[in-house]
Amino acid sequence: MLEARFRPGDRVRVRKAYPLGHIRTPYYIRGQSGVIERVCGAFGNPEELAQQRSGEPKQPLYRVRFLQKDVWPAYRGNPEDVVEVEIFQHWLE
Amino acid sequence: MSEPGKYQPYSYFRLMEVSLRELLVEKGVLTEAQIADALEDMRQRSPERGARVVARAWVSDSFRRRLLEDGTRACEELGLDVPALRLVAVENTPQAHNMIVCTLCSCYPRMLLGIPPDWYKSRSYRSRAVSEPRAVLSEFGLLLDEKTIIRVHDSTADMRYLVLPMRPAGTEGWSEERLASIVTRDCMIGVAVPKSS
Repeated sequence: MLEARFRPGDRVRVRKAYPLGHIRTPYYIRGQSGVIERVCGAFGNPEELAQQRSGEPKQPLYRVRFLQKDVWPAYRGNPEDVVEVEIFQHWLE
Repeated sequence: MSEPGKYQPYSYFRLMEVSLRELLVEKGVLTEAQIADALEDMRQRSPERGARVVARAWVSDSFRRRLLEDGTRACEELGLDVPALRLVAVENTPQAHNMIVCTLCSCYPRMLLGIPPDWYKSRSYRSRAVSEPRAVLSEFGLLLDEKTIIRVHDSTADMRYLVLPMRPAGTEGWSEERLASIVTRDCMIGVAVPKSS
């Protein structure tokens, strides 16, 4: 299991990358900046599991909070509206 | 459209399902009884389970706190097994409303809510719930005040989410059972709120 590099409140950016395969990081959130809401634990890496490999070492998983107005330039609604997404550590920088 | 009484050939996916199932049985990987048991188990899971959790949180503040702290463990207290995943309960308040989506597929807290409704799996809900949640909620008949903050939870990985709605006014003194009866599936996905009448 890999050590958790981020803590709640840390500012992070999602990698803006487009590799092939089974990726659990939605397109719309790649390249966006947010704040760690909580550390969820560590889980098998889905990109590896999807290839029938072990998924080890387990990757820390975070819930990251993003402001909607940052994610969608034309967003209409409360400026404090948020979207929270689970993101694996290797997708965060 | 299929007409009753008229022979319809299997669709592609139906044919694949039947072929795979028969092969698994033929090769001795599974028995038909095991498949029937698994289907029955799935059928038994229904939103009533989630409603029990919500009603308990409404009557017991200490349970409510434990549920928000560790949803999986709190469900175990009620004898509800939520295996192999973590349940995150998110609480509605007068300031903030929560709603759940899985933009990548159809992750859903099946152990508490049963089989997801078709709209939850639709491309339209999955894409619009994150980008224009207010418009989606209004289409469900839920009009939120402009000042209310909306928190959308995209269940992209190993967590599953349950919205803990606010207990409506006019339910003072209700039994836990009666409270559970007004907690619908949609309330726990966050596209509706419970009503006392």
